[in-house]
Parts: sequence; C-alpha cells; structure tokens
Amino acid sequence: MTQINRLDGGQVNRGTTLNFSFDGKRYQGHAGDTLASALLANDVRLMGRSFKYHRPRGVLASGSEEPNALVELRSGNRQEPNTRATTVELFDGLEAKSQNRWPSLKFDAMAINDRFSNFLTAGFYYKTFMWPAAFWEKIYEPIIRKAAGLGSLSLQDDPDEYDKGFLHCDVLIVGGGPAGLAAALTAGRAGAQVIIADEDFAFGGRLNAETFAIGDQSGADWAATTVTELQALENVRCMSRTTIIGAFDHGICGAIERVSDHVATPASGKVRQILWRIYGKKTLLCAGAIERPIAFENNDRPGIMLAGAMRAYANRWAATPAQQVSVFTNNDDGHRTAIDLIAKGVNVAAVIDTRADAPRLADCELLAGAQVIDTSGRLGLKFVNIRLADGSKRFIECGALGVSGGWNPNVHMTCHQRGRPVWNERLAAFVPGGDLPVGLSVAGAANGEFSTAAALKAGSTQAAAALRDLGMTARAIRLPNAEDEGVNLAPFWFVKHGKGRAWLDQQNDVTVKDVKLAHQENFKSVEHLKRYTTLGMATDQGKTSNMGGLAIMAELAGKTIPEVGTTIYRPPYSPVAMGVLAGRARGKEFHPVRETPSHKWATEQGASFVETGNWLRAQWFPKPGETHWRESVDREVRAVRGSVGVCDVTTLGKIDVQGTDAATFLNRVYANAFAKLPVGKTRYGLMLREDGIAMDDGTTARLAEDQFVMTTTTANAVAVYRHMEFVHQCLWPDLDVQLISTTESWAQYAVAGPNSRKLLQKIVDPEFDISNEGFEFMACRKITVCGGLRARLFRISFSGELAFEIAVPTRYGDALIRRIMEAGREFDAVAYGTEALGVMRIEKGHAAGNELNGTTTALNLGMGRMVSKKKDSIGSSLSEREGLNLPDALALVGFKPTNNNDKVTAGGHLMARDGPVDAAHDQGYVTSAAHSPILNSSIGIGFLKDGANRMGECMRLVSPLTGTEVEIEVVSAHFVDPEGERLRA
Amino acid sequence: MIINHPLLGPRDAQEFTYLGDASLIERPDWEAEDAQDQFHDYLYLRDNPAGSHRELWFHEIGDRSWLVVTRDTTTHEITSVEMARDVARAKGRSK
Repeated sequence: MTQINRLDGGQVNRGTTLNFSFDGKRYQGHAGDTLASALLANDVRLMGRSFKYHRPRGVLASGSEEPNALVELRSGNRQEPNTRATTVELFDGLEAKSQNRWPSLKFDAMAINDRFSNFLTAGFYYKTFMWPAAFWEKIYEPIIRKAAGLGSLSLQDDPDEYDKGFLHCDVLIVGGGPAGLAAALTAGRAGAQVIIADEDFAFGGRLNAETFAIGDQSGADWAATTVTELQALENVRCMSRTTIIGAFDHGICGAIERVSDHVATPASGKVRQILWRIYGKKTLLCAGAIERPIAFENNDRPGIMLAGAMRAYANRWAATPAQQVSVFTNNDDGHRTAIDLIAKGVNVAAVIDTRADAPRLADCELLAGAQVIDTSGRLGLKFVNIRLADGSKRFIECGALGVSGGWNPNVHMTCHQRGRPVWNERLAAFVPGGDLPVGLSVAGAANGEFSTAAALKAGSTQAAAALRDLGMTARAIRLPNAEDEGVNLAPFWFVKHGKGRAWLDQQNDVTVKDVKLAHQENFKSVEHLKRYTTLGMATDQGKTSNMGGLAIMAELAGKTIPEVGTTIYRPPYSPVAMGVLAGRARGKEFHPVRETPSHKWATEQGASFVETGNWLRAQWFPKPGETHWRESVDREVRAVRGSVGVCDVTTLGKIDVQGTDAATFLNRVYANAFAKLPVGKTRYGLMLREDGIAMDDGTTARLAEDQFVMTTTTANAVAVYRHMEFVHQCLWPDLDVQLISTTESWAQYAVAGPNSRKLLQKIVDPEFDISNEGFEFMACRKITVCGGLRARLFRISFSGELAFEIAVPTRYGDALIRRIMEAGREFDAVAYGTEALGVMRIEKGHAAGNELNGTTTALNLGMGRMVSKKKDSIGSSLSEREGLNLPDALALVGFKPTNNNDKVTAGGHLMARDGPVDAAHDQGYVTSAAHSPILNSSIGIGFLKDGANRMGECMRLVSPLTGTEVEIEVVSAHFVDPEGERLRA
Repeated sequence: MIINHPLLGPRDAQEFTYLGDASLIERPDWEAEDAQDQFHDYLYLRDNPAGSHRELWFHEIGDRSWLVVTRDTTTHEITSVEMARDVARAKGRSK
C-alpha cells in the first residue's frame, strides 16, 4: 500500500525514491516532494492536533502560510518543533513526529478539551486563571503549557553552524513567480546587479502549481528555462530556499537562506542557514497571493484544504488527499481545482458554489447557490452536508474538500515600515497602500494583478521603472502569451447555520463564535480582536485567517471591511530559527575573552580567574593546602603589606594624550587642575559628567611637555575614550591634541610592598635611580629594564604601600612577570589577584567602581575641594548646584562592627541605633566590604549623611536582602596608614 | 540603517554609537552670569521632534569621528551627515 494517492505527471522525480518516517511509521516519497505532499500521496491526511482543543487536523495549504501541519522534524539535538510539513523538502531518512498529542495522534487523551469548548472560548485565560497570583507561575502555567501548546524543544545544544552575510545589488526581487521572473529577466538583461530570492526550492511560484501554458511551454517549463537563462548571467544571483524575512530601515532587507535544511545533516564545512542582509537600491515585491478559506461548521477536518493547495498537490506533486473530492467556492478560480483534478483522474463529486449564477466550468456536478453547512468524519473528512439553493439538504461523500474564498495579495512586506494596505472593492481584498518601505515597489498578484499575463507584464514594467530611477535603461522584453482571466468572485466569508463551531484560525483554534464573543465584550478594534481571541498569532501570523476575522467583525459592527481596518504585518515573514539570528556569535564567539599578558603564567600558577567585562583577571593564586579562597587572599594581603607582591593591572584603560594643548585639554576633562603638572610627575584625576556626578578616575602621568598617559578604570575604558573624543571634536575642536587608546599596547604590573623598590632595582637598568630621592612618590619616567628594554615606571599606589607600576610593550609582558617573580624570590614576593587588590584598597579607603556608582559627586567622595573653581571643566558648573551641596550630603566613611565577629555587608543600609528601619530613616549605605587580615576584622566603606562629622557614632547596619542587622561604628575610611607614611617611604 | 560618513562613505549603523541631540555641541559659557541656568537647560531640556532631528553619532568601530546626523525620527531617513568638528567650528567653537 505505497503511495496510493500518487497521481500521474507532476514535478516529482520518480527515479529517486526517498524513505521517511512519520510518527515512527515508514513511508516512501520522491525527490521534489515536500513532507506534506509525500504524506498525502501515502493517504495520510491526519498530520497534527490543534493547539487548544486537540482537534484532529490535516494540511490546509501548500506553502509557508500553513497553520495546521506542524511537525517536530528530525530527532536528537537537531529536533526542531513547529516545522511546517508544507515547506519541508523530503530527504532520505527524514524523521517527523506529530505534536501536541498524547499518547498518539489517532487517540489523543487531551481531546477531552474539545468537549469543554464552551469554557475555553476567547479570553479564557484572562478570565479564568486570575487568582491567586501566586498560582500563576507554579500551577496554572505548567498545566496550560502541558495541555495546550505546540512542539517541544530538544533542550540540547544546536550542533549546526550558521553564518551571516552581506549582499549588495541594484534590484532585489522578492519572489520567483511569473512577476518576479519577468522582472529578473528585464533587469538582468539590462545588465543591472539583480538578486532574485524565493522561499521555495524551485522557482516558478504558482506556475508550478497550475496547468497554464506560457507561450508554447508549460508554466513550470517556462520558469525552468527562464531560471537557466538568469543563472547564466553573471550579474544575476538566483537564491532559492531563501526567504526575505523583512524590509528594514533604509530599504535594507533581511533574508534567511536554508543552505542545508533539505539534507539530513549539513555537509562537512557547510552551515545550516545563512542570515543575509541585502542592500538593494530597489526592491521589487513579487510575493504573489495567498488563498483564503470560507468558514463553515467543522471546516477543520483533515482533508479540507484550500482549493489552490489541492490543485498544487495534484499538478506539482502528483498527489491527491483522496480519490473522491469536492470543491466549495465563491469564485471562478475554485473551479480550476475541479478541472485539474478531473484531468488527473480524480473523481470530483461536485463543485459547490455560493453564487446562484455560478458558471459551469468543470465537467462535474455544479451546485450553484449552495453552501457547505457541516461535515463529518472522525479523523478525516467522510461527508459534507450541503444546503442547496432551494433550502433542501444533501450529503456528499468525499475524502477531501477544496475551499476557496478568493485570494489575498501577499502584502506582508509592504507593512514592515508601518504601511497600511487599502481595500480594493473589485478584488474584495486588501492591496498595498502607501508608506511602503524605502525603494520598494510591488508587482503581480501581490499588487492585485492576478492573471499570469498581468503578472508577467507588471514584473517587467516595474523592473524597467526601477532601473530608470537608478539611471539605467532597460529594454522591454518580449512577453509570451499567457492566461489572462479576470477575477470573478462574490465575497462570501462564513456560512450562517447552526450552533457548531466554524474555524477561522486553525492554528490558534479561533472560531467565528470567538469573534462574536469578542465583539459582544467590546473588543471591537482589530488590534483588540487579535489579542483577545489570539486570531492571527503564532507561526503563521494569520496569513490565511485574518481576513475572515475582519469580515465577521465588520458584519457584526455593521461596518464595511475597510472601515474596520486591518492589522498590519511585522517581520519576520515566516518563523526564523534562533540559531541563525545568533550566527557565529555563540558561546565564546558571543562573549570573547581578553587575556592579559600574564595569563599563561597565571594559569600555570593555578590562578582562579574572574571576568571583568571581557577581560579575564586573576582573582587569587591558591597555594597547596589552602582550602578556602579567603586563606589565599589573606595570605596575599599580608605578604604585600609585609614584603612585596605583584599584580597584573594591564586591564586598566590607557589613553595616550599628545599635542601642544594636551595639558589644556586634560584641564577641561578632569575636575582637578592638570595644567601645571610637571613633566615626570603623575597625578590622580577625577573626571565628572556634565551633571556633576563622578564619571571615572585614574592617574595621569606627564611623560613630556606635550605627552600624557592617562589611565582609566577597566570598566570605563571605552566610554571615557568616547567622552574625550566628544570633548575634543564637539566642544573644543581647535585644541591641538590627539588621543589614542593604548590599553592593548602595554603590559602593566603593580609591584607593591615595602620591598618593592629593592625588587625593582634588580629589574630596572642601573642607570636609572629609583631611590626615594631620585624617584619620589608620584614620579614617572621612561626607563629601560632587563638590559635595554624600553619601559615606563610610575610611583603610584592603590594598596597604600610603597608601590610602583611598571609597563613594558605587551609582547614582553609574559617575560617580565616571570623575571619579576624570579627576582622577588629572595623577598618571598607573591602574585596577588583582584580580591587582595580590593581588600587593600578598602583598607586604604580608596574609591572604586562601587563608590563611583553613577550617583555620587566629588563632594560625596570626599574630594569636593579638588574640583577647581578657577577653571572650566566638564561638570564643574553643575557640581555647584544647591541640591548636590546640602549640609548633610553623603560622605565617604569607614565602618567597623562593634562586635568583632560581626560582618559588614555591602549593600546594607545605615539606620540610627534606635528608631524605625525604613527608607524615610535611611542614613546611608555600605558600598564595599571585606575582611581585613591586617585588622583581623570585617570592615567596610560607604556613604553616610554628614559622615565626616559622625566619627565614632554607633549605628545599625540593616540588610533586608541577607536578613542581617549588626551594630557598626563609623570610622575613618583610611583603616591602614592614615598618614600615608608607607607610600612615601 | 546606513550612515553616509563624509570621509568614509556609506557605513552600516552598527559601526556607530549614538549619543543624542546635536545641541550638546552648544555648551554654555561657564563664566556667564546665569551659567547655572544655562547649563541646566543645556543638559536637561531637549526637543523631541517627530521628524527631522540633528543628533550626534560616534564612529566607534571606525575612524572615531563624531558626526552630526540629520535623521527623520519617524522614518529613519537620513538627510545630511556632517563632521561634528565642522559643525562646532561653524558655531564659533574653537579652543
């Protein structure tokens, strides 16, 4: 019993038989089949269960507009849910599973939902699962997700690769039907750079689905011949399996090319899909039209499909859903299905036409003025129940019914820049309106030019017009003779009959009744209708269903369809895999890691690393026997304060500032004075935002009269550079100053501790005096190290100890850290990481990112007097605002627990010893806290109202987040060496 | 979006970082009588037009030029792109 519904002819290759399975059962099809056509050929009409009611469903359409036949394709880590069987190209070994059913497609226990349909109408979720709120996430949602929904995810990593690419052309042609091919011929022969894209694997569009002749060829042959000519032109790129997903700003289009979806697994080195960004000077939309159904009771049984889809399956894929079929139509085009299926040897029981004056076009029974009022058949159509023109009823036995309510121009892309389609009375359809995306024009059925001849002509004419706009000339091409029938249709949207359900949106289980309910409950605007009933949502975005919903709403509201209006479409045109949007930016490619020059060495030392931005920094260096990170950090701190330690500070931003006005420039960027900084000296600088809030800080060294080297915090390196370029280019463009980021050019190490000088004297070449007299605190100098290597030395300290920072060109960074550690062996030098660095700066009361947190001023930071009032600098004017200078302004202070065993918690808020704990009584907060191995106590720094005048006060530190409340004492933030004697040693 | 850089030609908007209203170029004189008020207006008062808007973009992944881009906020159409330093000079900014 193989392929009993396979017909003669068609465009499948019978020479290639392909094996595939659906729900574990094995079938055969041919090359050129889709999964849907192969299933129909094998007499499988039941392909899925509906979203909400678990109704048995079959295929409705033959393209990407399909709402019903959604399957889980492939298995294992390549399993993809909600794949439309109509667009899946058959390959050998294809595996597909139906969705949303349990235990099997034929017996689905959840079909019980269908019995309770009265409770599951529009707005069901909004009305039912409202209280209590706590139930929503834990109880309601999991139940609903299990009962209603579509396919399931593999929950495994996607094994495939995806690419992104850029393409440029004169004309992008969207769609390869008659209009698109005629346009491509016209533009291609004129020498323009042309891209023609079609979502299908074969060019031709409806030409492959119809029996129309073009000239003396069949439509399909003409399409194939045309594509052969186009492919031979170097200036034309034919992209099949490529969906244009949207028209974006400036007329740039996005496209998904499915490179490997038609094979079981991508060939070695091939990606699965490519996301293209196409820069076309002009875009020609030739996307054709999409047929719309008529709603009637039980119109969702497997076997009931669009009439145009039925003849596409017969003509292109040589498959019929059943051996006896009927057609239900309100227009002449529906009759073509009957004519074509009869020609293929299928028995057509009747054409049921709503029009009393329907013409008899097919060689079968015509029931004019009749309507299908109901259907029967449990898992597939068996009978249609017809009300004849005279009111009498009649049953007709058939396994499939082709339904046509007319065709809608595929206006999707015309809406992507908020364009609204307009109603065309003659066609009873929306056609493209104004506000089209930049450079876009529309030709063919997408523009309401439905006949083949009209489409060919429009494609050619519009292509020539587009080229003219670009200053190119195109000669008219000779158009072959083609079918040129007009549209002959009497609008008809839904059959009025009994109380049964008539389906509008099969993907979301929205019925005519649901639209009526929405109207009754005053959700009358089309946008409300959509959201209340879910009409037009999910993977098909209502391509086949929106029109019916609008028409019913119009009737209920007593308005015309154009008065009711239409929702507009947004990109993407059809669902897009997340993987292709990510492209290669996954994992490490999404979040690249920057390694410091000492990274390899630090790894050898067993360092634990922390991510700071993209940088990986050594956090601490555990020694054998240390079981807790605090042991390592405490040891590192003690070693630095006791002897000497080395820390990689390469990640700090470095900006080289040069020019005769460099000093003037820095004077404006920094709040404190820089103009008079002598050559060979370094100064701490505080940078404000224009609103007076601290932006960043760091040290800047004057290496020469016209050269400074600025350091920024690691986190703000990029933003500070951008800000400085703004200040230069936009505010003082004639200052002679040049800026360049040199963060990556220099490896820089802090060497800190009482023995740091002794250690460095073994590294720095002997001609450079680095004694306290020869190289005093805050000195800087260009030097050489290790026998002639150029380097920079700064005597600056973040730890509060005698300390230096030494910089060498990045490529020597690894050698230098090894040389320093070797030289430091006699001093028991340690490597220390960011944690010890943090502990020591808190012990010293130095502000860092936690304190420069985007809300604090120089005054808050205890640096109010640094802001020079004698000069103009960014932020200086507004930092004088009254509100930033209140007497009880927050001030940076230190905190110690009264009870030595208590812990200071960063983020905790300060409250008076007695009184309420609430925001109104908030006195300040702790920004940074650490265990100080020197004081053997938990300590913290933070901001307290009028803090400078509250030393010694006992307060409560409350942290509702961690549920702690401890008593602390307000102390100076300078816990260690408050006089700064060690620095200057 | 494509920004037609005066020096480098058409470049994709991804290469740029956005700042905001180009009136940020017109920074007040810090020594004016009402400098506080002027700075307040400069920093906080902005027009938010539906239509043509002059704004600052930084060619961060490029040549590090600040540009003044005139963009229609309703359509994203860009009608002019100038070097910010030229605009600043035209407004009398110098050293």
